[in-house]
Amino acid sequence: MQHKKQFEQPPRRVALFVTCMVDMIYPQVGRAAVQLLEEQGVEVVFPEDQTCCGQPAFNSGYHDEAVPLARHFVDVFHPLIASGQAEAIVLPSGSCATMTSHFHLELLENDPAYLKRSEELAAVTFELTEFLVDVLEARLPEASLPGKVVYHACCHLLRELHIDAQPRSLLAESGLDMVDMAGSDECCGFGGLFAVKNEPISVAMGNAKLTSIEACGADHVVMCDVSCMTHLQGLLQRQDRRCRAMHIAEALASRHPKAKGEFNTPAQSKALDVGDRPRRWQDVGTN
Amino acid sequence: MRSRIDIEAPFKTRVKQAVANPTLADTLTRATLHLKEQKRLSLEELEAQRLRDQMRQMKAHTLRNLPELLERFEHNVVMNGGRVHWAEDADEANRIIGELAEQHDVRKVVKSKSMATEEIHLNHHLEAKGITCVETDLGEYIIQLAEEIPSHIVAPVIHKRIDEISDLFAEKLSMPRTLDPQALCARARVELRQEFLSADMGISGCNFAIADTGTVCIVTNEGNGRMVSTLPRVYVAVMGIEKLVPTPQDAFLQYQSLTRSATGQRVTVYLSMTSGPKRLEDVDGPEEFHVVLMDNGRSRMLADGYGESLMCIRCGACLNVCPVYRQISGHGYGNTYSGPIGAVISPLLSEEMVRNKDLPYASTLCGACRDACPVQIDLPKMLLNLRHDLVSGKHMPGAERRAMQGFAGVASRPAAYRGTARAARTGTRLLSGFGDRNLRRLPPPLHHWTRQRDFPLMAKQSFREWWTKRSGTRGPAT
Ligand code: SF4
Repeated sequence: MQHKKQFEQPPRRVALFVTCMVDMIYPQVGRAAVQLLEEQGVEVVFPEDQTCCGQPAFNSGYHDEAVPLARHFVDVFHPLIASGQAEAIVLPSGSCATMTSHFHLELLENDPAYLKRSEELAAVTFELTEFLVDVLEARLPEASLPGKVVYHACCHLLRELHIDAQPRSLLAESGLDMVDMAGSDECCGFGGLFAVKNEPISVAMGNAKLTSIEACGADHVVMCDVSCMTHLQGLLQRQDRRCRAMHIAEALASRHPKAKGEFNTPAQSKALDVGDRPRRWQDVGTN
Repeated sequence: MRSRIDIEAPFKTRVKQAVANPTLADTLTRATLHLKEQKRLSLEELEAQRLRDQMRQMKAHTLRNLPELLERFEHNVVMNGGRVHWAEDADEANRIIGELAEQHDVRKVVKSKSMATEEIHLNHHLEAKGITCVETDLGEYIIQLAEEIPSHIVAPVIHKRIDEISDLFAEKLSMPRTLDPQALCARARVELRQEFLSADMGISGCNFAIADTGTVCIVTNEGNGRMVSTLPRVYVAVMGIEKLVPTPQDAFLQYQSLTRSATGQRVTVYLSMTSGPKRLEDVDGPEEFHVVLMDNGRSRMLADGYGESLMCIRCGACLNVCPVYRQISGHGYGNTYSGPIGAVISPLLSEEMVRNKDLPYASTLCGACRDACPVQIDLPKMLLNLRHDLVSGKHMPGAERRAMQGFAGVASRPAAYRGTARAARTGTRLLSGFGDRNLRRLPPPLHHWTRQRDFPLMAKQSFREWWTKRSGTRGPAT
């Protein structure tokens, strides 16, 4: 376990590692993360040379192949942190946060120069909800989604990073209509390459999850990783189920239509005060 | 039998057979969740984390001092009048036990539950010599009747519903069908009583053995272990070398951890401890006591950086929380040991890496096993290391390697990465026929994804494109 930096002042500037999947497939999750951070008055920096943390290779045993990606991550983010252009790195993903703050260190074990910088980055790397709760102690504006919402705890977030109370408390205070499901901490069956290599098991596990989701009557199942979300959403859609899988950033950043708008600057975010509690909208979802 | 998984078949076939069974996952989920809950309740009443830390310390200490402890153990067994046999591998263990049986004119062996003898397929070996082997643990007895292998380290017959057992008893014992577990149990008891009385040799495994006293301990609930170790003339205990604990105090620590983690019991009904053959003043007990100390790959595991897996006390807790295990059952793993620990040690024991190369990948690395393990064995870490070994040993498909190399090459160069991202976007849009629908079919090797799941289209505007536009600066041409 790495020791996280204790900030004397809440950080004002963070570097966003948006993750490759969010970049390419789910930009709305990245935008939601930016919105949530900017609403808290935090300036977001996006280093454009960022790519992928290397998790797909590492998890499948291709450690040598993952090393250049670990180095690349250091090359991109270390200068920002070292120069103070950003005080922390924030990621909307529990598994990529695990990769960059735990497994990169293992990969770079025999490379002292990179290892040292990787350790420095690990100390200031935060998963989005962890950053909002533990570092910023944020109170978010009220969120608004139609129907019931349930939280699914993704495995790396829960068991590698031990982050669970943070997303749950954000959701509990969000004003969303939260419900509980049995076995919310059970793996959904994604598992990276596992989902393809062991498709029948992956799908069977996913279906077991869908049964729990359905039983609690949720309209949205939210989580902190888009990879698990892709797996569950893929199943939900193929089976024409009512429920939708959604990243927690999107759920937390969902606003009453009247309160919508792009949160380009921290100043703009003031327009939506925590005290302003709009009526929850009841029309069809955006998915 | 309809629910059979052919353990000799390739992994993919076993998986197909498992998931095609409409009730298997339900049966296993219910049973394992029950065991998981029992464990939770029984650990709630004591300082569970402290127990785990003490266990880990004790096991680490034992492994560090294994050669010396083994010698001490042997010395003490001999002092008590028993004999110790060292077996390098499964063949040697089988040969030793076979010879012992021949020396003593053994025609019938009664056995108590033992994973070590399953590991070396002892029954086959003895039966080939014309010796009858009777499993006397109820679960193992059922498994033997069904001609299967155990599907769980602790509960060998966990995959069977009671009606399946009733069918089996009807077929093999001509017993009228009943769903009353007590009646089925009573019937097995009648059958087994005869066997105990007529057996020449008792064979058991060993839950732990105490170096300081030369004592073999077996933990059971049915009393069959006590009979196996005391009734027949000769008693043979088969144990992996890692089953040793230094002192009686350590034995009770492990006992506590084992019973609570395995079944959630504070104590089991029996704890049978054998330190030697019957002495002059004893009224019962075996005339001869033998211990087979089996390596079968264990020293190599210790040397190759997998020593942590030898801390395992075979409690089955990792199986009981494993979502993969629930879907494919123990038989899906195709080996004596199943679940997360089985996926780690099956390829390592007896060097069956290639035959078992799918097992390290049969995990999502969700980590539930590590959290459940009473010795805090980092099972996901070991699975990752095994994957790395497989990749380094060039045991994985060349296409997969090339794909990973290609991926790494692209993703470590931002321009190439952006280019590929754009190509992927065009690709998915082409595949979708320029519609907005999700993809229902992807080309190989990703076709496995879309067999039962949709795949999303790449976004029309990537995050970085949005960012570039928003910040109003001219970013790299995207
Ligand atoms: S690995 Fe741990 S949890 Fe699994 S059987 Fe062994 S001791 Fe029990």
